[in-house]
Amino acid sequence: MTGDLVVQFLAQGAQMFLVLLIAPLAVGVVRRVKARLMRRRGAPLLQGYRDLAKLLRKESIVADSASWLFRAAPSLIFALTWVAAALVPSFASGLMFNWAADVVALVALLGAARALLALAGMDVGTSFGGIGSSREMMIATLAEPAMMLIVLTLAIAAGTTRLAGVADFFIAEPLAVRVSLALSLVALIIVALAENARIPVDNPVTHLELTMVHEAMILEYSGRHLALIEAASYLKLVLYLSLLICLFAPFGMAPATAGVSGWIVGLLVWSAKLLAGAALLGVWEVSIAKMRVFRLPGFLGVAFVFGFLAILLAFLTRGVIQ
Amino acid sequence: MYVPGVALGALAVAAVLAAISGRGLLLAIVYPITALAAVALGVVDLAVLLGHEGFSALLPIGLPTIGLHLRLDPLSGFFGVVINGGVLAASLYGMGLDRARDLTPRVEPLFPLFAAAMNLVLIADDAYAFLFSWELMSLTSWALVVAHHTSVENRRAGHLYLVMAAIGTTALLFAFGGLAGPAGSYGFDTIRAHAPAPTIAALVLAAAVVGCGSKGGLIPLHAWLPLAHPAAPSHVSALMSGVMTKVAVYGFVRIAFDLLGPPAWWWSLPPIVLGAITAVLGLLYAVFDRDLKRVLAYSTVENVGVIFVALGLALAFRANGQPAAAAVAMAAALLHVLNHSWFKSLLFLGAGAVLHVTGRRDLEAMGGLIHRMPRTAAFFLVGALSISALPPLNGFVSEWLLFQAVIAAPALPQSSLNFAAPAIGAMLALAAALAAACFVRVYGIAFLGRPRSDEAARAHEVPLVQQTAMGALALLCILGGLLGAFLTRALTPVLEELVGSGLPGSGTGPTPFSLIAFDASRSNYDAAIIALFVAIASVVTLAIVHRLSARRTRRGPAWDCGFPEPSPTTQYSASSFSQPLRRVYGAVAFSARETVVMPPPGDLRPARFSVASIDYAWTTLYATPGRAVLRLSERLNTLQFLTIRRYLVLMFAALVILLSIAAVTV
Repeated sequence: MTGDLVVQFLAQGAQMFLVLLIAPLAVGVVRRVKARLMRRRGAPLLQGYRDLAKLLRKESIVADSASWLFRAAPSLIFALTWVAAALVPSFASGLMFNWAADVVALVALLGAARALLALAGMDVGTSFGGIGSSREMMIATLAEPAMMLIVLTLAIAAGTTRLAGVADFFIAEPLAVRVSLALSLVALIIVALAENARIPVDNPVTHLELTMVHEAMILEYSGRHLALIEAASYLKLVLYLSLLICLFAPFGMAPATAGVSGWIVGLLVWSAKLLAGAALLGVWEVSIAKMRVFRLPGFLGVAFVFGFLAILLAFLTRGVIQ
Repeated sequence: MYVPGVALGALAVAAVLAAISGRGLLLAIVYPITALAAVALGVVDLAVLLGHEGFSALLPIGLPTIGLHLRLDPLSGFFGVVINGGVLAASLYGMGLDRARDLTPRVEPLFPLFAAAMNLVLIADDAYAFLFSWELMSLTSWALVVAHHTSVENRRAGHLYLVMAAIGTTALLFAFGGLAGPAGSYGFDTIRAHAPAPTIAALVLAAAVVGCGSKGGLIPLHAWLPLAHPAAPSHVSALMSGVMTKVAVYGFVRIAFDLLGPPAWWWSLPPIVLGAITAVLGLLYAVFDRDLKRVLAYSTVENVGVIFVALGLALAFRANGQPAAAAVAMAAALLHVLNHSWFKSLLFLGAGAVLHVTGRRDLEAMGGLIHRMPRTAAFFLVGALSISALPPLNGFVSEWLLFQAVIAAPALPQSSLNFAAPAIGAMLALAAALAAACFVRVYGIAFLGRPRSDEAARAHEVPLVQQTAMGALALLCILGGLLGAFLTRALTPVLEELVGSGLPGSGTGPTPFSLIAFDASRSNYDAAIIALFVAIASVVTLAIVHRLSARRTRRGPAWDCGFPEPSPTTQYSASSFSQPLRRVYGAVAFSARETVVMPPPGDLRPARFSVASIDYAWTTLYATPGRAVLRLSERLNTLQFLTIRRYLVLMFAALVILLSIAAVTV
């Protein structure tokens, strides 16, 4: 039993480092696909790793008016996002974390990271930090309820809020039959775009535009602090891609008892799906324009309405079945 | 039995001593005595909650032939723990008050009385004792609200509070009238034995929602709360907002779950619907307000809404014979009661500290306080993150349980509840997200950034005993988050008393820290493991970064995109922070309209920006009836100036009308 626990712990630890390792590559794929579709050569696939290494080597400059919160926030944001990323089953279900927390906790962990980031953005006392924080929280008030509705829908359909349980349910049952899950998928994609500051909600490659949200909050960060925040945002992208894979394309995931060989197969399948998802994101981003900030309520409202319809259908069909 | 008696007696003695001694030495012992009494009462309450035998007593005072029934059962014990914890923290804070500046003979005699009254409500075991102590609680808190009576604003708040308290008590009077029935049985045990008929039960429930809802701040009965809670001295605000609203919840639980007999499913609709509306609207009010204490008061409105939603769900599950799900919803409600009493008391004490050192309640006059009041800032941060329901702090535990209860709602057979439940889930999620936005705004504007006023720039830390009060509450918020599973297990006697079951999955998880609503395969939240992993991840991160990075840090001026502007007014302000939210939500909820007047090019006048919004709850439910009453009273005023002959004519006419009515009906 103890030996088993050690293996479980190691597997969970391995997953934590795997998501960390693959995250810059996933971002590299998105950027590369975008560049090629725009007829640019684009940065090398491994540029994400280089960026992080470069930022780590540079000295950090901290504004005079910054408090301890400004310096503590990057590590905490990174740690919270990292733990949240470890909650999502990637190559195998039934890992250690899967029994320690559920999807409601996942949403809340990301919420904690976001609140810290927004606070850090206001710490120095510049107008750009404030505009970023204010807009980030506004977007969160639109995206988070939609996310929670999706979560509740899936939980009602699968009868559990544990992500591994939901994934197992979808492996056993083809999802094409349920309208409410299709609605949830669309809603979750919209929420994922908003949460990751992707086009059309926010543009991750711009600085100093009036449309910016995420970049405005981290404007005062540099050096290792910035490296941590960038790494956290890479991780968050992997997290949402893994979440979409886990919920809507879970085939190939190793079951809890697969053992090491099963885990390796699961790992290969998961990596392929992840990189394909990143490539799809790149295609999406070049084919659509950034929206004005105050058109976002409409866009995210679609996610909310879809999420609401999904949960309503889930409630009613479940009522009929019982 | 004797300990509470002595403690309550000590509170009364403290009040009398403070009243007769004026500004003398005795004033200084009011808070220590109250703190000690709160500890004694709290220990007794906790013992009863944890399974000790409670007491019941019949005192020969009160109404003749009825006497005064007192009883302490696990439910009273639980609320007693909540209340006396808040009283203890507020008394500690009171000990740190500046005796030359802050102690007023209008506050100190009433403070222990207020504490005693809240405790009396909990142990009252007959309708008369309950209403008497409820009214005592209302009156003492009203007197505390108008303690600083020189400001017009406070007098107005006190006036509105008195009116609303009177309406609430009248409603409760009707509720107990209905419960007592034609036999007029006032004791709770006889009421419990005779469940009223369905129509009477419906009326009693409506009266209880009005009576307890007005004290707790359910929208639309909330209007007095954001005026009165901030008007009181800060440690009294902490009691009113963090604790007295819980007495209102207690009243509703006592009536709806205990006295009213087996519930019908539709009883759940008023608390659920009103609670969900309250949760969202309360936060929308909060997120647009600039007054720190009013923001906190509106947030209390929201939290009371969340508690009522959970209570409504518990009623629905219980009425449909699903005690397991009812226990989950009830545990969410009770745990939220406990959690809210901790973080709201903490936030009000923190606001009091800020108010004390800056003399300002306006958020726009704060900023940068984290540098000058580091401990208060750290404690306030814990409170702000807790109230935003973020893990691993305590607010998330009750939120998590509540979502588990919502997920169980499809099993309810009533289709109207099936339609309502998803909407409630959506509104709760919206409220949670708005709470995060609201408290990021409050903390970011008040404590972070650069000082926005001279007062904020000169701020300093508050006395140690006040820091202790806040620190203890902050510690409770952290521990409550980690030990949520133990707290829900401790609630089992109350849950069994109210809904007939404890949490079904409690204690079956892989670790003792596992919080499990139904069973381990369905859902599990293990705060300690999560916290441990976040800690490990932070340490690993720091180790890696420490090893790989340059590690050099330089202090310099803020970059601010290359154009740093020294004036602190260039920072984002509280109003600018809420502007996007106002455009998204304010336009719907309050018809908020922004107008920008731009002078033509070349004109040197500044541009003008203004916002207009309408508070519909106030204009329709308070302002219009208020005007009608005023007009009517002006009309009737002429009756004061009649001649004696006309009075005689009026009386004769009244007599004739009454007699003819009697002749027709009899």
